[in-house]
Amino acid sequence: MSAPLLETRGLTRRYGGLTAVEGVDFSLPQGQIHALIGPNGAGKSTFVSMVSGRIPESAGRVLFEGRDITALPAHRRIRAGMAYTFQITAVYGRLTLAQNIALALRSRDRARILAALARVGLEERAEQTCGDLSYGHQRLLEIAMGVAQAPRLLILDEPTQGLAESEIEGFNGLIRSLAGETTILLIEHNMNVVMALAERITVLETGRVLASGSPEEIRANAAVQEAYLGSA
Amino acid sequence: MSPGARSLALHGGLIALLFALGFLLPAYHQGNLARIMVLATYAVGYNVLFGYTGLLSLGHAMFFAAGMYGLGLPMQHLGISALPAFGLGLLSAALLSTLVAFLALRTIGVAFMIVTLMFSQAGFLTILYFGTWTRGDEGFVIAQASRSLAGVDLTQPLARYMAALVLFSVALLLTARMMRAGFGQVLIGVRENEERTRMLGYDVFRHKLAAVIVSGTLSGAAGAAYALLFGYVGATFASVQYSIFPLLWVLLGGAGTTIGPLVGVIFMFYLIDWSSGLTNAYMLVAGLALVLLTLFARAGLMGEVRRRWLPWLP
Repeated sequence: MSAPLLETRGLTRRYGGLTAVEGVDFSLPQGQIHALIGPNGAGKSTFVSMVSGRIPESAGRVLFEGRDITALPAHRRIRAGMAYTFQITAVYGRLTLAQNIALALRSRDRARILAALARVGLEERAEQTCGDLSYGHQRLLEIAMGVAQAPRLLILDEPTQGLAESEIEGFNGLIRSLAGETTILLIEHNMNVVMALAERITVLETGRVLASGSPEEIRANAAVQEAYLGSA
Repeated sequence: MSPGARSLALHGGLIALLFALGFLLPAYHQGNLARIMVLATYAVGYNVLFGYTGLLSLGHAMFFAAGMYGLGLPMQHLGISALPAFGLGLLSAALLSTLVAFLALRTIGVAFMIVTLMFSQAGFLTILYFGTWTRGDEGFVIAQASRSLAGVDLTQPLARYMAALVLFSVALLLTARMMRAGFGQVLIGVRENEERTRMLGYDVFRHKLAAVIVSGTLSGAAGAAYALLFGYVGATFASVQYSIFPLLWVLLGGAGTTIGPLVGVIFMFYLIDWSSGLTNAYMLVAGLALVLLTLFARAGLMGEVRRRWLPWLP
């Protein structure tokens, strides 16, 4: 078996006296769609922020394609083949959709821009200003910007938050279409989406890994039910 | 029309108009416009940093002065001719802006404003301190005989006007080209959302660094040209007032528009020119106009034009 695309060893983040993420060992094989779930405050966003370099780790290491990237700043990690979409939509509100995509693509090739927008069905709105879009469309644009970078690892932080049911179906289709070419790490609260997409699931609780396994295993796991699914 | 063709038509048309005005205007306004174009070059430089990158500097007078003294001192004391002295002016501004960028970009927001202001004040005081050579506040006049470039006498009104036009055109076309290229789009990305830009894999610090250097060097080019074309070098141009001016010009004309800086300088220049004919308290009139504009045209003149009528305006 080849080396995992992403690996973390003892990844830890402390905020003053609070430990948000504690000693997480995590391994993500090439091509997998992996969901990260857990109650609010479990440390999911903190964990992926450390993976992408947005926030510095307190301890531990991050390996990407077998290379230790712990010391690399965020923009170098992105250039190495990661893409990150924000939990709170972070598109350029005063720029057009085309300008947003061009920055993600690093190209102003019109055909490529329209193709990237078409993946989320927004190609008709290429010249609109982003801030005028509905929240759901902004979320889709954000996802399109992640996909447009053609990353080897796509990190999605609660992508379906604020999407309508019909848009969620489109989102599921998009993620499935990426399967094989892109490895995906997905934070998600919507269990229907998780069960529909994820090949493996890791459950975080109070900053630690509670369980990791296939969707069936997670569903059957008593500790997980107690901590998370049962209360949902 | 494609954005590239539009940009060429707009900027080419503006330059052609300014060229024609050089022959058509009466002497008084021709002289004014020459001065305006040099100051507009300063504003174009300031706009790269403030309008496009979103960094508010309160110390650009140091770059303007670096160009001015970088040209003036060697001409005055070493007898160097105008062209190499202009190169030295550019070099001084480029070096100073590189140094200041590395130090000031460790800060953001209000701290960046204060740090640039402090550096600029230090520069101003340095000029006063070395009064033996700089003649301090009083300044010095560059000998008329030495103010010529490639055999063209820059003290002649038309030659001076055309030299100012060349300077302004180069600055305008350079920034227009830069802002349409990937580099400029990333600067806009930094202005609009720094964290998002970083998380698209761009080295934000390096882009800001480049923006400060381009902005500072253009400001220095304007300072050097001002000394060469108008023959005077003085510490006033390094004072805080000359750091505030480009901010006002750019705000009035429209931050983040290519022709806003020129519009802002023309507006302010003629507002003061006109109101000082009415009353001694002309700054009151200028101040009132500024207040009205910030109330009713917050994006500046060209910014409002873009918002209301011409969304494609670069």
